[in-house]
Amino acid sequence: MVSCKRVVSDPMSDAQRFDRIASAATISFSDHLSRHNPELLPSSRSMNAAGGSSSPQVPHGTTIVAMTFAGGVVMAGDRRATMGNLIASRHIEKVFPADQFSVLGIAGTAGIAIDITRLFQVELEHYEKIEGTLLSLDGKSNRLAAMIRANLPLAMQGLSVVPLFAGYDTERREGRLFSYDVTGGRYEEQEHHSVGSGSAFARGALKKLWKPNLDEAAAISVAVEALYDAADDDSATGGPDMVRQLWPVVYTVNSTGNRKVSDRELATAAEAVIAERSVAGREA
Amino acid sequence: MTQQFYVSPEQMMKDRADFARKGIARGRSVVVISCREGIALVAENPSPSLRKTGEIYDRIAFAAVGKYNEFESLRQAGVRYADVRGYSYDREDVTARGLASVYAQSLGAVFTAESKPFEVELAVAEVAGEAGKDHLYRLTFDGSIADENGFIAMGGQAERVRDVLDGRWDPSVGFPEAIRLAVAALSVDRSQPAEGTSGHPPASGRNGRMDNNHREGSQSASTEPADQPPRNGQPTTAGVHLLGAGLLEIAVLDREPLSERGTRRAFRRLDDAEVEQILAGEAGS
Repeated sequence: MVSCKRVVSDPMSDAQRFDRIASAATISFSDHLSRHNPELLPSSRSMNAAGGSSSPQVPHGTTIVAMTFAGGVVMAGDRRATMGNLIASRHIEKVFPADQFSVLGIAGTAGIAIDITRLFQVELEHYEKIEGTLLSLDGKSNRLAAMIRANLPLAMQGLSVVPLFAGYDTERREGRLFSYDVTGGRYEEQEHHSVGSGSAFARGALKKLWKPNLDEAAAISVAVEALYDAADDDSATGGPDMVRQLWPVVYTVNSTGNRKVSDRELATAAEAVIAERSVAGREA
Repeated sequence: MTQQFYVSPEQMMKDRADFARKGIARGRSVVVISCREGIALVAENPSPSLRKTGEIYDRIAFAAVGKYNEFESLRQAGVRYADVRGYSYDREDVTARGLASVYAQSLGAVFTAESKPFEVELAVAEVAGEAGKDHLYRLTFDGSIADENGFIAMGGQAERVRDVLDGRWDPSVGFPEAIRLAVAALSVDRSQPAEGTSGHPPASGRNGRMDNNHREGSQSASTEPADQPPRNGQPTTAGVHLLGAGLLEIAVLDREPLSERGTRRAFRRLDDAEVEQILAGEAGS
């Protein structure tokens, strides 16, 4: 019996044995899931392609804006989710902290986007706990690209997710922005960027309002104003809701970590934008 | 065919247990202690990167003594277990009891079925919202699990460390006092340098152990007390040499991380400067 086992195990060289141990000790949570619990991955949804070319009616998230300021980045998202011509939610949150030094905003199919966000958050925390150090900002943005790439088959059937990723680079000591396409392409953006249905209008506003070395408060008010312009022209983007006291979700990230901007600060910023436009009394 | 001699099951289990105990006894001790502000994990560990304590989940931490490669793979498996569970259910559904029971099962299975038992002893600690409701589980190499009250001492000097803690543990003190007590307990073998290492086998050629460069290995145990305390220890009035910050690895689980630090993750490592400040507090008081 013993000699028989030895014959079987001998052909494995030391290099192969090392490879096997090294690949078993994965530091990536999503790799671990794909090996042991693939049904838990967001990309495990399978759709019957024969069902028709039209995508199902599911909630879609809309506009996200992000920009750098002196010593960090700010990211803001409106609160509306739409389903066809209906408003699916007025309260949805589409900007999330990914870890201590990065935030993530999502546009597109809300259900898949929220799953990807959850997986991404666990992925970063898992790496930190296993390795004892934080992943680099480029490393984080590449992991997110891999998750978006895994969603490509669903994106081809109309269930796309397009994130915007921003974080504070602790090595370079500056805020950085990354945008993605549905194939998982990752593009570093300068100064500011926006994604989602209202992004064209938001980007126009950002071009006029953004300036180098804005301070944090000014950057927050520019983000709120850019979303206001997007909501003005895009029916799928929600503006500040004075009746329900609903404001955009805004996060800032700087060298001390991320911070969710309080409702009080946002109410002040939104009321200032509305007051300024009311006083001007112009049509467009 | 080779001739197989009969070994009684009792003898086989005893041999394995003795083997594992010997391996654990060679390692430095670890103390996990509960107090008013949370749970402190204090380890004697000269390495700043090869850790004996670790974060498992929001309110759960891990501490171990024994062979580094073995407890490190158990720690990583614990992190995976907790993350998969929290991802597929909810974050609050990850509990120390569930994790400890999985650890107990795998330690027990290896002890009875594999050719060599794990030479490790583990502690799984979960901090509760209020003092007195913390969970401290101690797991030994054979899969035994114990729900401890107040503190856990593990490692080569566990008995003597426990004796110190037994009389002096107080659930109502804060982190500084609890950590100073744990450090005093871990320093217990330094007060009688001649006897502190007498029970240890020579332990040569065990390169898998993270401790081998200090107490064990080629360095003679009897020469260590002569040169260690002036470099790393802190002399006190009683003549006992306490471990210095450079030889300690200390982490805490905060009781209220959300209100104190704005995060749900309770685990926090103390750096050398913080440890020195805490230890200096004793000299000042």
